[in-house]
Amino acid sequence: MSELAEHTGVELLALGDDALIAAQRLAEWVSRAPTLEEDVALANIALDQLGAARMLLATAGDEDELAYRRDDHGFRNCLLAELPLGPARGDLDFGWTMTWLLMLSAAQLLRYTDLAAGADEQAAGIGAKAVKESTYHLDHATQWMLRLGGGTEQSHRRVEEAVDGLWPYGHELTEGIRDRWLAIVEPVLAEAGLTRPADRWRPDGGRAGRHTEHLSYLLAEMQSLHRAHPGAQW
Amino acid sequence: MMTTTRTEIAEIAGAVPDPELRVVTIGELGIVRGAETAEDGRVVVTITPTYSGCPAMDAIRDDIRAALAGAGFADVEVRTVLSPAWSTDMITESGWAALERTGIAAPGASGTPACPRCAHAHGGQPTPVLQISRYASTPCQSLWSCRSCLEPFNAIKKL
Repeated sequence: MSELAEHTGVELLALGDDALIAAQRLAEWVSRAPTLEEDVALANIALDQLGAARMLLATAGDEDELAYRRDDHGFRNCLLAELPLGPARGDLDFGWTMTWLLMLSAAQLLRYTDLAAGADEQAAGIGAKAVKESTYHLDHATQWMLRLGGGTEQSHRRVEEAVDGLWPYGHELTEGIRDRWLAIVEPVLAEAGLTRPADRWRPDGGRAGRHTEHLSYLLAEMQSLHRAHPGAQW
Repeated sequence: MMTTTRTEIAEIAGAVPDPELRVVTIGELGIVRGAETAEDGRVVVTITPTYSGCPAMDAIRDDIRAALAGAGFADVEVRTVLSPAWSTDMITESGWAALERTGIAAPGASGTPACPRCAHAHGGQPTPVLQISRYASTPCQSLWSCRSCLEPFNAIKKL
């Protein structure tokens, strides 16, 4: 394990892949969000994720090569990042998305905080920059969790289902930072009147390149242009 | 001689208008970190992004090169640094004034901006405002609405 990995729990590449795949997922909401403001918000969060991904991947190697030329087995993102933003592929569910963002951004905030405190100057600079943005993402997700959890019977039920569905993927996401992550996420769930699920199933493998089929579909879309026209620029 | 050139370069680069917020320069926004001339005559300008995914960065790099080329500096390198991370505290006083004139508010000490239209009305008393969205037309802004004049306005997010 590299010095950086010892410090942040995961490799820079894994952090960069989390952000890149999350950016691609979030972009699916563009032009489809429930309100215009939310459309802009999700696009901005996606843009922040892409920005962090570019800085991290450029540190780990050639950013274009890493983003566009790797197959799914080469990616080190956690499984949570690649999951569809709804109960099934093709579904876009807002409560599901906010639960996903809450879980992801809380973990990213902690990893970036650790990165910022590290000895590597370049990595620390990326961490310090990304911490500020992650704070906004976490706040955005938190506000929506409170509104959905404390909203109508339907919004409560649907966000509760999202928490139940996504919770198992939080284990791989928070390896090494579990207690600190729970200290952020549990109070939000409690305030939103949502039940914190029991820890049972713990799917993992993403960090080792063993992914769900969802990543393959995502990469097919993200990489198709570059694969058809290698080195394409605009 | 060298110092004069460096100051000159910094001024030319700093005077480039922000591609998205045309009323302020990138110097006023605190995006330009420094300028120097290498021994071989090459010019190096250092900039920092406001937000890491800010899509204006490429345009800013091109605009700096074009501005310096216009002043006779042909060989220009624009470097990006991340540390220390950009903060709203890096926006200059004239930058804030230019933003306010165009209807974009400062984040406000307490995190609540003042309506730029009503800021100087009502005896200087701040009017109540409501946050419409934490995100707005650029990554660095949020969207608000004034409860007095009912107009929406953008505010720079504290970072």
